[in-house]
Amino acid sequence: MAQAGLSYDQAPPLAVPLRFFATAPLFLLAAAVVVGIRGEELFASRLSPAALAATHLVTLGFMAMTMLGAMSQILPVLAGAPLPRPRLVATVAHLGLTFGTAALAGGFLVGSPRLLGSAVVLLAAGFGVFLIAVAIGLARAPTRNPTNIGLALAAVGLAITVVLGLELGVMHGFGIAAASPAVRDLHPGWGLLGWTGLLVAVVGFHVVPMFQMTPDYPPSMRRGLAPAVFGLMMVWSFVRWRDPSAAWPAWIIAAAGAVYLAFAVWTLRLQARRRRARADATLVLWRFGMGCAIAALAGWMARDAMPAADALEVAVGVLAIFGFAVSVIAGMLHKIVPFLAWFHLRGLVAKGRRVPHMGMLLPDAPQRRYAHAQMAATVALVAAVFAPAQVAPIAALLVALAAALLARNVLTVLRAFREARIATQDAPASAPQR
Amino acid sequence: MTTIGNFMAGDHRACDDLFADAEAAAARGDWRDAEARCGAFARAMERHFSWEEETLFPAFEEATGMTEGPTVMMRMEHAEMRELMAAMQAAAKARAADDYLGAGETLVVLMQQHNMKEEQILYPLMDRRLGGEADALLARLASTA
Repeated sequence: MAQAGLSYDQAPPLAVPLRFFATAPLFLLAAAVVVGIRGEELFASRLSPAALAATHLVTLGFMAMTMLGAMSQILPVLAGAPLPRPRLVATVAHLGLTFGTAALAGGFLVGSPRLLGSAVVLLAAGFGVFLIAVAIGLARAPTRNPTNIGLALAAVGLAITVVLGLELGVMHGFGIAAASPAVRDLHPGWGLLGWTGLLVAVVGFHVVPMFQMTPDYPPSMRRGLAPAVFGLMMVWSFVRWRDPSAAWPAWIIAAAGAVYLAFAVWTLRLQARRRRARADATLVLWRFGMGCAIAALAGWMARDAMPAADALEVAVGVLAIFGFAVSVIAGMLHKIVPFLAWFHLRGLVAKGRRVPHMGMLLPDAPQRRYAHAQMAATVALVAAVFAPAQVAPIAALLVALAAALLARNVLTVLRAFREARIATQDAPASAPQR
Repeated sequence: MTTIGNFMAGDHRACDDLFADAEAAAARGDWRDAEARCGAFARAMERHFSWEEETLFPAFEEATGMTEGPTVMMRMEHAEMRELMAAMQAAAKARAADDYLGAGETLVVLMQQHNMKEEQILYPLMDRRLGGEADALLARLASTA
């Protein structure tokens, strides 16, 4: 083999994705603190400083954090497109995202333009380096298929989200007005539908049939979803940008929402027809997440017809971000983290020696405890939208509990990994030959 | 026309089904059934591996000259899957439910990402490079079925 050690596959070293996965739960914990101390302000409007802080602690600190870690792993495995210089890219992206998110949330909470300005610089550097690496990796991929194309479109969706976010950040941090008032809607629209939703769908096309052994998604959905959503988002953005006051573009983005509705309903149908009988924590979290996605999309499409549109808008955000994205991502983490630990141990341990399997690295019971806490926290957050004074403290505690259980599950795997690695190094067996 | 990709992906699904049957038996504690079904699964996997290792991979390596390429990786993962299947069969014999399900879970993830790499990257490459021989190769596989 040309390369020794862990890089015997195209998979990156364990430290590349794992730093993202280990940091992410801490930002959920930070979001819980914001819900606890600024709950009433937070649930009043999606644009309140506390809401912006908590939202970005979750979307950047948890979602983008784990999704970048996952992409560094997915690109080589699903698309045959490893990132160049994975350690360097991961270090810059991880540090930029960690300190950039902290500065952004802090800037919103205390109203400091200087903190917001430094957040802009840090996030631009972290995302910029990562996205350039993704572009190089995908350009070198040996084949073109719907997965590569979907991942590329999701990466472009992230790039657009980041650029729009930076524009808003420049406005808050440096007092330079945004080019169009529509940016306030375009930024969350791209973040949820153009990046998060696309990545979840493109990955879901593989992992839902894979982990639960369900039938495949229809080929037309696998091929068509990413280009359709992306195209609709582009048209929507162009029209909104040019004429921010026009009402009719809402129909374009509603069509993108309808595509995701079909994806979520289809996912639940496939999972109901799965070949594997066991309902593990990942399956529970995915089904709950899809239910939240459906509720969020329905609420969002109905929002103009409803009284209390502001509260409904916040509830939709809670369902989409915490109920859907966090549940689905955390469900994936409970497979990815133990598997990667096993995979890398397998590379370290001499042939014929026993490697602890996934069930030994992270048993079922703590996975279920987290899943239950996550679902309870989502319900409490939605209730807090409508009765913030009474429910926000409870919601904060439940989010903190979920974050702590998730952090503990990741650390459990890391500890088991370290112990198994030490055990192999102490053993008299010869050096691993891969 | 059947391509190498279609044929081999179909066999991946058939192995998945056998795995799921064995796991369901283990999960309900029917160990006699689980042991038998796990054995049937392991035999089907072994047949699939031998189709690749003895027929398809050598043909691909000869046609492309890529003897240090993706087939090396696939062979290594086959070895790892064989170890996990041995662990599952030992756990079924010992009636150790947690070990059976934990090793099985690990095998599922390894096997599925292995299958995905084959179906997304390696088989399409094979169909492109071995297109003319595909029918003859598939006939050879069918004769050893």
